Amino acid sequence: MKKATFMEIEGRSAGYLALLGFLGIFILAALGATYYMEHNGHYVTGMSNQIVWGMPHVFAVFLIVAASGALNIASISSVFHKTAYKPLAPLSGLLALALLIGGLMILVLDLGRPDRLIVAMTQYNFKSIFAWNMILYNGFFVIVGIYIWTMMQRSMNQYSKYAGFAAFIWRLALTTGTGSIFGFLVARQAYDAAIMAPMFVVMSFAFGMAFFILVLLASYNWTERPLGDAIFNRLKNLLGIFVAGTLYFVIAYHLTNLYAAEHAGVESFILMDGGIYTQMFWIGQILIGSLIPLALVFHPGWSKSRSLVGLASAMVIIGGLATMYVVIIGGQAYPLVMFPGQEVSSSFFDGVVNSYTPSLPEVVLGLGGLATALIVVALAIKILHFLPVSLADEVVDPHANAK
Amino acid sequence: MSNTNTTDISRRKFLGSAAAATGLTIIPGVMLYEVAQAKPDDMAVTSEVRWGMLIDTRKCSEGCDDCVTACNTENGLTGHDRPETDVQWIRKLKLTDKQTGHVTSLPLMCQHCENPPCVDVCPTGASMKREDGIVLVDRHICIGCRYCMMACPYKARSFAHEVVTDQKVHAPRGKGTVESCTMCVHRVDRDGIPACVEACTKEDHNAMLFGDLNDSNSEISKRLAEFGGKQIRADLGLNTGVRYQGI
Repeated sequence: MKKATFMEIEGRSAGYLALLGFLGIFILAALGATYYMEHNGHYVTGMSNQIVWGMPHVFAVFLIVAASGALNIASISSVFHKTAYKPLAPLSGLLALALLIGGLMILVLDLGRPDRLIVAMTQYNFKSIFAWNMILYNGFFVIVGIYIWTMMQRSMNQYSKYAGFAAFIWRLALTTGTGSIFGFLVARQAYDAAIMAPMFVVMSFAFGMAFFILVLLASYNWTERPLGDAIFNRLKNLLGIFVAGTLYFVIAYHLTNLYAAEHAGVESFILMDGGIYTQMFWIGQILIGSLIPLALVFHPGWSKSRSLVGLASAMVIIGGLATMYVVIIGGQAYPLVMFPGQEVSSSFFDGVVNSYTPSLPEVVLGLGGLATALIVVALAIKILHFLPVSLADEVVDPHANAK
Repeated sequence: MSNTNTTDISRRKFLGSAAAATGLTIIPGVMLYEVAQAKPDDMAVTSEVRWGMLIDTRKCSEGCDDCVTACNTENGLTGHDRPETDVQWIRKLKLTDKQTGHVTSLPLMCQHCENPPCVDVCPTGASMKREDGIVLVDRHICIGCRYCMMACPYKARSFAHEVVTDQKVHAPRGKGTVESCTMCVHRVDRDGIPACVEACTKEDHNAMLFGDLNDSNSEISKRLAEFGGKQIRADLGLNTGVRYQGI
């Protein structure tokens, strides 16, 4: 295997500047939306005392989950010694950091008091999985930052496998923590399940891989660098395996719930008569997010088309957002069960399916977080040598897998 | 050597406690009387008491919302005619048994759990439980993440969705933070009873009773011992401070 050569992208073309401008507009709009929501208070959003987490959380949790998944490529090279992936490892680390920045930005800007971020950073309740997550997120920046450094500075290369191993363990802990945000909620019917944590880990593999493939396709196509089938086919096959893995966990989760009479209500709500949530589940999560991408990446003919694999990746991302919508909003829309066997009514929307209509500022904030993640990648690959000059087959050499 | 030290410290502690005990016994009776009646501001609350409520749903009538009105007045809770985002610290629930059609009416508020999920999940420790069992939100370090609202099995918490005006001095609130029933802690610390209980009693409904669950001689403990009282979602093992009869 030839030694991969890395080089910054030129980043002077009109297309590149247009991309920055396009993403910049979304970021500015998100900041404007934040100002609007924070100045007026959250009543201007679709969120309420019933649906306390809304569209910002759908985007934020999705990006945070995808972030740890984006680190997969680097892990496969450093931890599992698959050298074919090595040239892609720095980009993988970069994308992981960028997605986490985007996700956290949304989460922080949606707080009731974002100005108190310093409180969240200094006052910890160690029994809270949220507090643990703050430590996990901050640690992720440090560890992945060091990991990227050990990969990109030649004198540090010898340490990269250790840093890579630490990052691998850390990213597993991080997504376990994110899934546990919901897994630990005993109050609500849709949550309170240990499977949430591993399910989120497998989801992160799929979402992160989808992002990685799209970023790779875009950056290599737009800079006209060669991207060979050897590495690309591996990536698309991995995407398929991760999507199938996610589907398995989703099936196990729902089957378990369906078995228990206690959960029959929330299951029929999500799977059958939940209106938008049922549609989001079957059309968004299952069809767009799982079945069609699986067909696209494994069909002998279709999977040869880069465009169709790119489409499959985009669909995994859209399906991922739908998944989060079902989990986060759907889980809250279904009423709390306080009095089994009783019909409940009150002035506080007890006993009824809670309604939620996402407001424009919420969606804009979410898209702004996504744009922030992408602009970080776009800027970083211009400033530092993250991208290999070529990923052509003779460079990657599929037979160069280490023992 | 270390043994000697330990002994010395224990002996010193013992002597100290003995001196304190002696001092307390000879302090004038009027002082002791005050301590028993109302807690001075500089005295920490203790776990010797556990404040709780007993609600007799059989005495709670469907159309009555005296407790809700009293709470809103006491704590300065004003709505903006936006029911989905307006705060509610206490609300009336109507339960209809699906099998029998039996109707029950009851007030629901923070249940002041011994093991409160809101306190567990709060990242900063803003959600907290006092030694005497009252669960509160420290509005100074609440970052408005609403995780406690996700975690509460009773939907007892509200988020201040807009600017708060006309606050009461004893019930500070603020846009962007979470709030809920304080069991009228400002009254309880002055030897009073929560506004909702007072209102219910004043109108002679007597559906709500406030008292110390740890004191076996208190009215609430006696009634619980005699007639029992149920927790809402007892399956969660939260050991709520608010108990119900007739559900």
